[in-house]
Amino acid sequence: MTISRDEVLYVAHLARLEIPPEEMEGLSSQIDDILSYVATLKEADTKNVDPTAQSISLVNRFREDIVGETLGSDKAVSNCQDNYDGMFVVPKVVKS
Amino acid sequence: MELYELSVADARQKLDKKEISSVELTKSVFERIDEAEPKLDAFITVCKESAFKDAELADKMIAEGKKAPLLGIPVSIKDLICTKGVKTTCASKILENFIPPYDATIVEALKKNGAVITGKVNMDEFAMGSSTENSAFKITKNPWDTKRIPGGSSGGSAVCVAADMSLVSFGSDTGGSIRQPASHCGVTGLKPSYGRVSRYGLVAFASSLDQIGPFTKTVEDAAMVMNTIGFFDPKDSTSFPSDTPDYTSFLEKGMKGVKVGIIKEYMDAKGIDPEISDSINKSVDVFKSLGAEIVEVSLPNTKYAVPAYYVIAPSEASSNLARYDGVRFGARVETPELIEMYKETRSKGFGAEVKRRIIIGTYALSAGYYDAYYGQAQKVRTLIADDFKKAFEKADILLSPVTPEPPFKLGEKIDDPLTMYLSDIFTISANLAGIPGISVPCGFTSNNLPIGLQLMAPSFEEGRLLKAGYNFQCETDFHKKRPVI
Repeated sequence: MTISRDEVLYVAHLARLEIPPEEMEGLSSQIDDILSYVATLKEADTKNVDPTAQSISLVNRFREDIVGETLGSDKAVSNCQDNYDGMFVVPKVVKS
Repeated sequence: MELYELSVADARQKLDKKEISSVELTKSVFERIDEAEPKLDAFITVCKESAFKDAELADKMIAEGKKAPLLGIPVSIKDLICTKGVKTTCASKILENFIPPYDATIVEALKKNGAVITGKVNMDEFAMGSSTENSAFKITKNPWDTKRIPGGSSGGSAVCVAADMSLVSFGSDTGGSIRQPASHCGVTGLKPSYGRVSRYGLVAFASSLDQIGPFTKTVEDAAMVMNTIGFFDPKDSTSFPSDTPDYTSFLEKGMKGVKVGIIKEYMDAKGIDPEISDSINKSVDVFKSLGAEIVEVSLPNTKYAVPAYYVIAPSEASSNLARYDGVRFGARVETPELIEMYKETRSKGFGAEVKRRIIIGTYALSAGYYDAYYGQAQKVRTLIADDFKKAFEKADILLSPVTPEPPFKLGEKIDDPLTMYLSDIFTISANLAGIPGISVPCGFTSNNLPIGLQLMAPSFEEGRLLKAGYNFQCETDFHKKRPVI
């Protein structure tokens, strides 16, 4: 067992996912299988090996600080289910 | 011969000589869509009306003397590449009604060059899968046997080209999602080098692995498509600032002196179908007869490729998919509390495989596990890239199967994610190393299911793949066979 049900629930919470109780068992065992499988990575000898984050030799690329074309706030919020005057509306965050 | 059966190269000639118009070609393609689509379910959105407008515009551009490889050619686009004003769903409920306010760079290039966009095609949700069964909307069928999977995640794209419902389709490949469905559907699929084609406007799955590429009927067509999409884009910070070659200049006959490497670990892999091994061996003979030199190479860390991928890809996905929280785009489940809104929105919006990968990725990146999983996978990635570097000291291109098995039956592996993951065993390494790979048809099983041959080259050496693939297709006719629908 690589991961317990409680850990699956905790990680799901971190990822803002709700797991219905009837899906829990199947999901936990699938995740456990996958994690056990990927654990074979531990066998690889990686002493003195640098990690690769991406496969090409690019480093941060900068451009001139010139204003280009922008979407504009109307278009930017056009896919938001609840918007007001060019702004995204969300449930109240700060409690009064 | 119907117009929808034409390759890009043949259609190009007929359009330029004004033997046919783009409107006629587009009409033929839509007649084919009407006939084949009800049986195959490749499209999520069909753009018939705008396609005819594109075609009229293309005819005008042709009349004005404009030349471009895809001018007036009907193409379809995987539904995770943003199209201004046209729904881009990623085959997910969470983006069911998402209408991008801008075009991806490649879509902009297609429009500028007069391509005709026929519609947006099906895929595994957020490109996570190998069978296109993870779509939230429909199950796409393999045109060679409609009880079987078309491959994935770009299954809709492969089917679209195999069934002549577009001359070209654009997909994305994160671990084999172009090459594997191309192989399963008997078409040509090119995954360019990481950094070769702009990813601006491609909905991100695993940003260090994703790459856009074409599905075509021939290698020659793939080269023509690359001349439209293979360029540096300042809007994508991982687009590589290199000179853009004329990709069709590589379509030269002759393989004399070219060293073709056979990968020992791939040929010895457990569970490889004997009919696939047989077709691959015969393909090796084709290259031999063309004067290529065959050498054996070793990629000793192959066994770690799938495990490394299934740490790196879900980790990047868990981070990329954090943006789907119901705030800025996508469906939102209204609740009085913010955290509840996130949770309910995401839980209802994502399918099972996407949730699985988000959880695995979140776990692999969480405190206490990062070094053991993500850190180790990144180091293994270095080992895999180094294996390729050594192999390319001995060989100019590498040759292997695309998949260990022919397309499996619909539903066969859907409840067993780990077995599904293993169907990408020969394609994943190229993404980890960032190198280009191409799948070309190289045979059929006794059940008349297509078999694909994979060729790989060092980064930014797509030319070697196009040359080898072109020579192979000059000698064989597997790519000319079409399924009966």
